[in-house]
Amino acid sequence: MSFEVLEPGMLALVQDAGRYGYQHMGVTTGGPMDEFAFFWANRLLNNDLNAPQIEITFGRFSLKANYDACIAITGGDLGARINDRTIEPWRTHQISAGDRLDFTAPMSGLRAYLAVSGGFKPAMKLGSCATVAREGLGGLDGKGAKLAKGDKLEFEKSASFVEAFLPGPEIPDYQQHLRLGIIPGYQYQSFPVVERMKFFSCDYQISQNIDRMGYRLKGDAIYSDLDGIVSEGIAYGAIQVPKDGQPIVLMKDRQTIGGYPKIGCLSALDAGLLAQRGPGSSVSFYLSDVAEAEGRRMLFNQRLKAGAPGIRAT
Amino acid sequence: MRIESVNENTCMVYFGDQIGAESAGLVKQASDRLRRDMSDLIIDLVPSYTSILVTWDLEKADRFAITRRVRAAIDADDDGTTGDDSARIVELPVYYDPEVGLDLEDVCEHAGLSRDEVVRIHSEQLYQVYAIGFAPGFAYLGSTDERIAIPRKSTPRLKVPTGSVGIAGTQTAIYPSCTPGGWQIVGRTPQKMVDWDSDSLALVQVGDQVRFRAISRDEFLELGGNLDEL
Repeated sequence: MSFEVLEPGMLALVQDAGRYGYQHMGVTTGGPMDEFAFFWANRLLNNDLNAPQIEITFGRFSLKANYDACIAITGGDLGARINDRTIEPWRTHQISAGDRLDFTAPMSGLRAYLAVSGGFKPAMKLGSCATVAREGLGGLDGKGAKLAKGDKLEFEKSASFVEAFLPGPEIPDYQQHLRLGIIPGYQYQSFPVVERMKFFSCDYQISQNIDRMGYRLKGDAIYSDLDGIVSEGIAYGAIQVPKDGQPIVLMKDRQTIGGYPKIGCLSALDAGLLAQRGPGSSVSFYLSDVAEAEGRRMLFNQRLKAGAPGIRAT
Repeated sequence: MRIESVNENTCMVYFGDQIGAESAGLVKQASDRLRRDMSDLIIDLVPSYTSILVTWDLEKADRFAITRRVRAAIDADDDGTTGDDSARIVELPVYYDPEVGLDLEDVCEHAGLSRDEVVRIHSEQLYQVYAIGFAPGFAYLGSTDERIAIPRKSTPRLKVPTGSVGIAGTQTAIYPSCTPGGWQIVGRTPQKMVDWDSDSLALVQVGDQVRFRAISRDEFLELGGNLDEL
């Protein structure tokens, strides 16, 4: 049972929740840029939450189904269609042998997640299929390649179709102005108060330089008292500030250690919201704390367990 | 020791501000103990020069429980694990020659020393693995003798061949794969530094010690060394 990639588009990657337990060897985690969307896609299908999916960035991705299957689409609305019939994200869909599934262009958000009932079955490398091209790890064959025309996405025969969806009010609005909470930490204290005020009052713009490693922002430059720091581990969502004062938010494929001062860190859920914004969007920051981030994450985890209309609670 | 929150499931444990053998020893010992005592909670550990980044499973513990457990693990009286706490020494054969040591002549000129002297000084030192990062298995070793210290190249190479041994400042390192890089290359090891298909995965770990052994061209080739720019 498989889907065949007809058009890979700009960037379509096999991802699971990430490659954990190898960062001490310099191996990054990879994994979904938007955890909220990724976990919901698996949850809508009653999959294992870690089940492999396809992360489609920007669209122009097409595949042909070689077998009937139940799929879920979440994340950005990339104008998905089954045989020219528009389909909505954040719900399950039935796809039949011979059908064509297209992701055309971004209507809202930047990255869509495509999950299949039971999950795709790529090769596993260091316990994960998360694709990290730079490291040559993950993907269909384990060597880090993005999806290409002709690739076969294998899956097991799926159970009968179950209609499930995330209720509208819970679906993130990626068009809304983005305000992200900063957890002060790392070298926060080394940024003078006036620099912090600049940081919290500026509307930063997302630059052209965004990828799975990091999001470079443009706006008021901020400076710490430090020239550099002793290289240390970099958490997901950490915001480093190099000499030019322009913040960089470090994302899923970030380097494991680094020597630039960091003003703080985003929560994983906030970093996921940033990952749905493209160049030119604006983002601002407010001072949050670790308690808020922890609380929001625990609520999200509980919410996932409770399920959604059409799916049973675990 | 200082424990600070980073995000909802990550904290930093700092052991000092100075790069050196003392911090490195504390980092190595603490990493071993955290792995030993907290494998039920920890998802990832990133040890570096003076700190360890700890990521845990938020479903199993909150930051207060983690802080308690980290303190308890690190402060634990040693219960016969001294063997684990001692450093492992890894010997790496290196072919030092301009044929593969692309910057060896520049290093000699900068140091005002002969090739033999530079090779002797680089290979007689026992190095500490302070950190791993930049690329999988890329180990930062310190410190080299001041006499052979040299700044990074002003223009980094787009491709540094696999196995290249480089110097930057008073640090030295081996490129485990072909990547861009600006370190001054003095030689090449035939030894595979990472192998994701073997059980060992990466040859050196933070806390290990490394010594280089100068080898001839013949021995380099015999050990499977590659002279190509790959």
